[in-house]
This record gives sequence, structure tokens and C-alpha cells, in this order.
Amino acid sequence: MKTHDDHDHGSDLSPMQLRVKAIETILTEKGYVDPETLDTIIDAYETKIGPRNGARVVVRAWLDRAFKAALLEDASKAVASLGYLSRVGDHLIAVENTSKQHNLVVCTLCSCYPWEMLGLPPTWYKSAPYRSRAVKHPRSVLAEFNVYLPGDVKIRVWDSTAETRYLVIPMRPLGTEGWNEDQLLSLVTRDSMIGTGLALNSGDRNS
Amino acid sequence: MNGIHDMGGMDGFGPVEPEQNEPTFHEAWEGRILAIQRSLVYGGAWHIDSSRFALESLPPQTYLRSTYYQRWVHAIENNLIANGYVSRDELQSGHAVTVTPPLKRKLTPDIVRAGLTRASFYRQEQASRLFRPGDRVRTKNIHPITHTRLPRYARDKVGTIESCHGCHLYPDSVAKGAGDDPQWLYTVVFEGRELWGENADPTIRVSIDAFQPYLELADDRL
Repeated sequence: MKTHDDHDHGSDLSPMQLRVKAIETILTEKGYVDPETLDTIIDAYETKIGPRNGARVVVRAWLDRAFKAALLEDASKAVASLGYLSRVGDHLIAVENTSKQHNLVVCTLCSCYPWEMLGLPPTWYKSAPYRSRAVKHPRSVLAEFNVYLPGDVKIRVWDSTAETRYLVIPMRPLGTEGWNEDQLLSLVTRDSMIGTGLALNSGDRNS
Repeated sequence: MNGIHDMGGMDGFGPVEPEQNEPTFHEAWEGRILAIQRSLVYGGAWHIDSSRFALESLPPQTYLRSTYYQRWVHAIENNLIANGYVSRDELQSGHAVTVTPPLKRKLTPDIVRAGLTRASFYRQEQASRLFRPGDRVRTKNIHPITHTRLPRYARDKVGTIESCHGCHLYPDSVAKGAGDDPQWLYTVVFEGRELWGENADPTIRVSIDAFQPYLELADDRL
């Protein structure tokens, strides 16, 4: 595991466990929370709500021109129409990468992120380096993800300052004509739907 | 408030360091505090914007020294006390001793799926919509000491209305306990140079989602 603040301040760790245990105990005794509900929520985020939800939306947009148009028009409505996903809340907005414009999503003020599409945000998304620099030096941020865009590609940064939530539709990789949904799903990474990555190349699928 | 949370455009935090194969939670207590927060907000203990304001109100030293979920622990403790659900003594002792107000509803395992779906933030409009796509607007030079969603880097800047997302509850009012106070919400896009000066990358544009009270028509003749 990479360095995490917990490890830099290891003395905090045990007190944190105790504090959270105390909060849970008090709130359970008062009837405010239910430990079994907490287990269920944790399990949902660990096993059910993750970037595969968003990837299915992206792949459908790649395969179905009408769906893509509907998605760009009203993403909450279009995603709800897919049925096989759990309900998605309002205010989801899909933005499409093209050869002329690359989209990048950030929340400079806190950690707003399309949980229902991508699961919980990674630590870097919530970190000071990303939040401070994405709006000012997006190309250098992208370089830290090994993404280098041609100089004439415009970059559009979306700062999620309200309850709107943004999902990037990455460009479909070349050489994937005729691929089926499962094959295409393997190319859609979480980062490609935040804008800090691109969809994988067709040759990278199994790597 | 002009807090440490408002980081857009700050320098000196170093490179972004993605962690390969990052687990959902690094420690078990992180999942517990997240689930507690979800349960409390579902129960109506306080609004999500009050959670955000509690995080922003942490001393900057604490904010920067803490991990993401450590901040949540601090903020939840503060909100539990401030809202009268838990006393400081109870937090010390680790057990409930006082009788406190019930929550409006309780999240139970059978309804977790529905409970984790985001609520709608749409509200009935209270004022007329002032701006249309293409309008040039200037963000106001405001510095409230309370919660706001207008970041510092985007204050007193000229941008263009790109779209309108309807009328939403207004975080600045909600976090003060002043009700939903619905306001029109727009995406406003700025050229990089408007935000960061002449040396900015000319190929970048940045948008924020801005509530109508943050905006006024720009007078481009000046």
C-alpha cells in the first residue's frame, strides 16, 4: 500500500478507531443508527456501487447513437432508462470527449463525485494536490496520470460546485469496430470517466 | 467562508499521487463513519451542506493534517454536539446517557438501496430566471463567513452562461438553517486567462455551477 496519511500519523489510528466505535455505540443506543444497516451500506460500496456502473453507460453510448444523444441531453433520465442499473439520482450530466475537447472533472471545495456511477472517489481525487491544481494547471495534472494531449486539444475543467454530478464519456478507442459490450467494457477505466485517463487501447485490453 | 477547503488555484501541495488498486476503505473505521454519516443525513439529522460547513469550519491545521475520513469524524462529532443529538460527555464516555430528540426516519437494511440514491435538489422557483445561455456575467465579489459554493478563484470574474440546471435549494441558506431558499443554478464557463492571468494556458476553460445570487450581468463596455 502506498503512503497514506494514516501511516504518517500512525498515532492517530487507534484513537480514531476508538472514537468511531464510541460514536457508533452512542448513536445505536439512541436508536439513530443501526449497525446492520452500516454493514449493508459498507458492503454496497465495497461490492456493488463502483465504476462498472459508469462503464456500462459509456459503452452503451459508444454503441447506440440515440442513447448517446439522450445521455448528453439528460443523463439522469437516460441512465434510468437502462433499467439494469440501480436508480440514479437527479442532476447527472454526461460530457463527451472529442478530438477537439478533453473534459476533466474536479471538486475544488470538497469531494463531489458521481458516486452512483463510479463508486466512492479515490483518495487522490479528494486530495489537496488534485483539488488545487486541476483548475489551474490541468495539463500538468494529466501528465501525472501519463496523459499527454496534443497542444491543440482544448481542455475543459468542470468544477463540481453544486449538486450537479459529471460523468466523462471518453473517446472510443480506434480498432474496436465490431466489438461487443463486454469487450468494450474492459477498456473503460474509472479515470477515463473522470477525465484523468483515456479509455484503454484495443491492444491493452487484457493487460 | 474563506477556509482552507477552498483550494482551487493554490500552489505548493505537490504532485497528485494516484494509488494503484486502492481499496474502497483503508481502515475499517472509515467505512463505519461513512455509513454513519449516510444514516444520519437520511434520518434528517442535518443537511449535506451542514456536513460540508462543519468540514470547512475545522481549523486549517486540523484539516490539512487529517485524512479525508478523519475530517469526517471531527465534523460529525461537532455536528452531533451542535445539533443537540449527543453531548460532549457522552462522546467522552462512549455511551448514551441523555435523552435527545428522535430523527425523522431511520435507515434500515431493507431500504439501504433506496436510501443510497441521491435525493433531488430541485425546488419550486421563488424568483424569475435572470440569465440565458450566452449571457456574459460577472461573479460577485462576496466573502461570507458562512457556507458558500462560490470558490474564491472564481469571484469577480467574467464568464459566459452555458446552461441552466433549473431551480435548486441554495446551500448558502440551507447551511445557515435559513431554509431551502431555492435559486436558479447555471453552468458558467471562464477562459483560463480570465481566472489565472495572461500567462495561463490559452487552451483551458473552467466552469463552475453558480447560483443566481452569485451572478450579475457583466458590463463588457468597461
